[in-house]
Amino acid sequence: MNKNPFGDVTERLDKDRYETDIEESHIKVNQEAAAKSNAVDLLIRICPAHVYSKQPDGSINVMYAACLECGTCLAAAPVGVLSWQYPRSGMGIIFRES
Amino acid sequence: MENNVNNEVDFEVIIVGAGIAGCVAALKLADKGYSVLLAERGQSAGSKNLSGGVFYCRVMEDVIPDFVKKAPIERYITRNCISFLNESSFVNINYGDARLENSVTAVSVKRAKLDEWLAQQCEDAGVTFMPGIRVDELLMDGDKVVGIQAGDDKLYSHVVIAADGVNSMLCRNAGIRTRELLENLAVGIKSVIGLPKDTIEERFHLKENEGAAYAVVGDCTNGLNGGGFIYTNSDSISIGVVVKIDALAESSESASDLHDRFLSHPAIEPLLRGGELLEYGCHMVPEGGQAMLHDLTRAGLIVIGDAAGLALNTGSTVRGMDLAAGSGIAAAKVVDEVLSKKDFSQAAMDAYYTELNNIVVGKDMKTYAKMPVFLENPRMYKNYGPLLGDIMYNIYNLDTTPRQHMMSEGLKIIKKNQLSAFQLIKDMYTGVRAL
Ligand SMILES: Cc1cc2nc3c(=O)[nH]c(=O)nc-3n(C[C@H](O)[C@H](O)[C@H](O)COP(=O)(O)OP(=O)(O)OC[C@H]3O[C@@H](n4cnc5c(N)ncnc54)[C@H](O)[C@@H]3O)c2cc1C
Ligand code: SF4
Repeated sequence: MNKNPFGDVTERLDKDRYETDIEESHIKVNQEAAAKSNAVDLLIRICPAHVYSKQPDGSINVMYAACLECGTCLAAAPVGVLSWQYPRSGMGIIFRES
Repeated sequence: MENNVNNEVDFEVIIVGAGIAGCVAALKLADKGYSVLLAERGQSAGSKNLSGGVFYCRVMEDVIPDFVKKAPIERYITRNCISFLNESSFVNINYGDARLENSVTAVSVKRAKLDEWLAQQCEDAGVTFMPGIRVDELLMDGDKVVGIQAGDDKLYSHVVIAADGVNSMLCRNAGIRTRELLENLAVGIKSVIGLPKDTIEERFHLKENEGAAYAVVGDCTNGLNGGGFIYTNSDSISIGVVVKIDALAESSESASDLHDRFLSHPAIEPLLRGGELLEYGCHMVPEGGQAMLHDLTRAGLIVIGDAAGLALNTGSTVRGMDLAAGSGIAAAKVVDEVLSKKDFSQAAMDAYYTELNNIVVGKDMKTYAKMPVFLENPRMYKNYGPLLGDIMYNIYNLDTTPRQHMMSEGLKIIKKNQLSAFQLIKDMYTGVRAL
């Protein structure tokens, strides 16, 4: 893979500012529907922030705190797999340079 | 009825979303003397927003006279470059024009700064600005939208303007605009790279305050329907890729890899060398064109900006901020009319469609109506870059073989790139018609 001179996704997200909602995730996965539609690989590929990963048992892990709130996963996931809302008032990503 | 005695309202107009669309509508309505609430889920206006960064800002003169002198802008765009990128070559069409220096039509901006400033202009004009409020729902009375709900709080108004961006959860949750077709959406993945002012001016051949905008096609998206952009800010560079989500989903590519691949391309990397990453972000673009312009009104409701699908990918420019502003102006005009007549019916709100068509927004959407289909053509991403590269190679690779006539040489190159002259002419024709 071409190496990005500015680091991998995790290193890049370290430069971003967040107000993390420690009480509530704004993304919820219906694991059963996800398994049926084999959504995990799609979600891993299309999320630019690498929020989704696969657990050893095949289920989906959601690192919602890294979410950049673009909505791509919601747009592309099969119906019923995700329940996605914006983070609660004032929470989530805080862009300063974009 | 949603418990709202005697049709008392808290504000005459409630606007959800303090992006460019929402702020422009709020300013226009406050100027007319209406009581306006502008609610924004971010802690400050702009903190959730991301664009490529080139604002075709002429439209703002109608909202804030002398906009370019007053607003926090980065650079005046005087140099435009279309770049065809191949794996190991690139061809640039670099356009500079003294006329662009004299008449500023495009500026580079950072949304965190611009939107915050716009929201401040709104407050100064008398708008009640409430940041840090995520609006959860529209309140309905039968078919009429009568207000908003955020947490346990309900607020009532005669008209609600949904300016809540491409995902428009408000319209989606209310079933007004349903799940968008994937083919109408793209995702942009962007990095902002900090570099000293002088370095940027040297690398992009710019005078002070002048800026460059690069539109890149070809290898940046590894053949997928999409493109790359490079825009200069004052002391940073906005760079990224925009790719259609249907193409991405069907491929085996990863979104972040496409972005990384672009930034490390041998033709691109030298422009960024020595820089420091300031921010990494992503955001969707509504790219369906006219196909998305539906269900923009209900009794008591108007939808504007990205929430209404009002963005345009013309192949060489991504435009959305100017259309957001234009639709904000159009909506404010209609809301002024319906408020003065006290008629908030569906029919009255529908004047918005006419208004959209009368101003540049609707006209440009029509002009570029064929663009999304033209851009679907895979030859745009896979073949034409290498074709141009080969033609240039042939011109400049002055080995000792005698030069062939351009025409016969051209046809050979076209064949080699698995294109027929007929296809080429057909694509050029569709392309020109779409422009
Ligand atoms: C990668 C990329 C490159 C682009 N490049 C360009 C370019 O170079 N030039 C150009 O003109 N356009 C460009 N665009 C398009 C442009 O960014 C958008 O068209 C423009 O930002 C739309 O403005 P808006 O006000 O309609 O929406 P937004 O800017 O998205 O604003 C919506 C606002 O609503 C708020 N909001 C959302 N939901 C709620 C809620 N429930 N409650 C309260 N607040 C809410 C959000 O926080 C946000 O502030 C680009 C887009 C992308 C993604
Ligand atoms: S909204 Fe965007 S950043 Fe957040 S999880 Fe979905 S794809 Fe990833």
